[in-house]
Amino acid sequence: MSSDTETTAATATGGPATAGAAHTAYLLGLADDALIYSHRLSEWLTWAPMLEEDMAMANISLDLIGQARSIYTYVGSIDGTNRTEDDLAYWRDEREFRNVHLVEQRRGDFAQEMARMLWFAAYQKGLYAALSGSADAQLRAIAVKALKEVRYHYDHAAQWAVRLGDGTGESHDKMQAALTWVAPYVAELFSDDANSVAAADAGVGVLPSTLQAAAASAVADVLREATLEAPADSRWHARGGREGVHSEPMGYLLAEMQHLPRSHPGAAW
Amino acid sequence: MYGNDFGDFDDPGAGPLNAADTGEVEAAAAHADRRAELDLSDFDAIIAADQRIEPRDAMPEEYRQTLIRQIAQHAHSEIIGMQPEGNWLTRAPSLRRKAILIAKVQDEAGHGLYLYSAAETLGITREELLDRLHNGKQKYSSIFNYPTLTWADIGAIGWLVDGAAIMNQVPLCRCSYGPYARAMIRTCKEESFHQRQGFEALWDLMRGTEAQQAMAQDAINRWWWPALAMFGPRDTGEHAVKGGHTAQSMAWGIKRFSNDELRQRFVDMTVPQAERLGLKLPDPELKWNEERGHYDFGEIDWDEFWRVLKGDGACNAQRMERRVTSHKQGAWVRDAAAAYAAKSEGRKAAASNEGSAA
Repeated sequence: MSSDTETTAATATGGPATAGAAHTAYLLGLADDALIYSHRLSEWLTWAPMLEEDMAMANISLDLIGQARSIYTYVGSIDGTNRTEDDLAYWRDEREFRNVHLVEQRRGDFAQEMARMLWFAAYQKGLYAALSGSADAQLRAIAVKALKEVRYHYDHAAQWAVRLGDGTGESHDKMQAALTWVAPYVAELFSDDANSVAAADAGVGVLPSTLQAAAASAVADVLREATLEAPADSRWHARGGREGVHSEPMGYLLAEMQHLPRSHPGAAW
Repeated sequence: MYGNDFGDFDDPGAGPLNAADTGEVEAAAAHADRRAELDLSDFDAIIAADQRIEPRDAMPEEYRQTLIRQIAQHAHSEIIGMQPEGNWLTRAPSLRRKAILIAKVQDEAGHGLYLYSAAETLGITREELLDRLHNGKQKYSSIFNYPTLTWADIGAIGWLVDGAAIMNQVPLCRCSYGPYARAMIRTCKEESFHQRQGFEALWDLMRGTEAQQAMAQDAINRWWWPALAMFGPRDTGEHAVKGGHTAQSMAWGIKRFSNDELRQRFVDMTVPQAERLGLKLPDPELKWNEERGHYDFGEIDWDEFWRVLKGDGACNAQRMERRVTSHKQGAWVRDAAAAYAAKSEGRKAAASNEGSAA
């Protein structure tokens, strides 16, 4: 153990100097979700429907990149590799990223973004509420802070879903179509995998499947207020993100994001 | 986390990094409102006593129109400026730089927002002002018609463009129109922070690999002259503009210093910083003049200045096209928000009517 973060974590948990592979893989899933969604939201800047929304998107993007950075730094200090946040963000290949497909999809229209944000924030709200009781003290501290942030993200998306659903005919139709667009990506958020099962067993993580009912019920309440229908379940569902099997937009996202540091190996920025 | 974690470049002995670092903004913020005590109500008397005009005061129509034009063009510059910087949001080379850049572009949107609000106190709406931007009746700062080609351009914009903007804006913190002065105080504090971040980004590049140093030098070669041009045409001589607004704006306490005065101050403040960074400013005539106590510098390419101002810069068409497209694409969302607000009002009114009937 060398860094302060490590020492704090180890002291607080009385825990291990190096964590197990499942533990760190689970944490990387959380961080990768946050980073990739932060990246997509940052693409809204200058494209938002009003200046207030440019600012809100930036705000949410900043919260998420902050979550990602805290978790990456922590992972690098406990997985025995001493990797920095930038090593993890810029020098892993696509197959090593553990985010869900939902967050890597290309930016759509404003209704699609609010539909994506609504589900993602509903998931993160349950997630960080549960992780606020994690046996991993460092993760617990990150979760307590993140929970306050994602509550705001959820409220923001919910308010827009209602405004668009109960706004004009055009906005209603667009929001309804957006719910259909997002539907195939929702199940993956709440799917358990070997790492989340191990993390939950160790008292570190939470089983995603246990978060589904509350999130679905919250979204259903929003849709009711928004005069929107729950979309029919789609025939196909996104899967594989947690094992590093992604959809086609992910490669382009990483190519763009990682290009500069990889063109200058060893350089500091 | 994108906060005060500046490195070893922060040498207190090296003088201020920008014009907002000098205490002038704080001095402007401390400006005492003595209107009640002096019993001032007449426009000319308020201006003469260096007090602030407020939205409800009577003011000459030309004063109002001058301010609307100036504040709006300033607001437009903030939101168009989001584009060249936003160009690197998805390619920032570290998570820390990425977070700093997101926060910076967010701040520009915020500046736009409070400048439009300041303009609205003069009896015009944000929507009308955006229309004037979109149909070309009002302009934005010509600097944003230059492209951001490498990561170092983000550092150069922060250091030079924000540095020049602050030099222009610090005197506006004492502008005679209260809402504009107050918006400028807030803006200058944030811009000062951006300028330091830009300097720091270049500092790191100049202490990096040869390729990074070359990237930084190339950016400065491209941004130095456009940054100097941000102060506008010369005040006197063959490159001066005849019949400009300067004299009237000075008399009204909107403008405090001439273009050339501000440009000279900027050069004087920036040259030592370039030396600290190890960057060469691309002007063979740049030289300390002991007698004047200022740096001498070469003539701006005024043909290029006017050409870019009139629309023939690398990005004029692109910036406007994107701005207009983005605005059009957002129309249905703004319409929905307005429709929902109206419905909510209606429901609230109906509910309260029922309440009173019962």
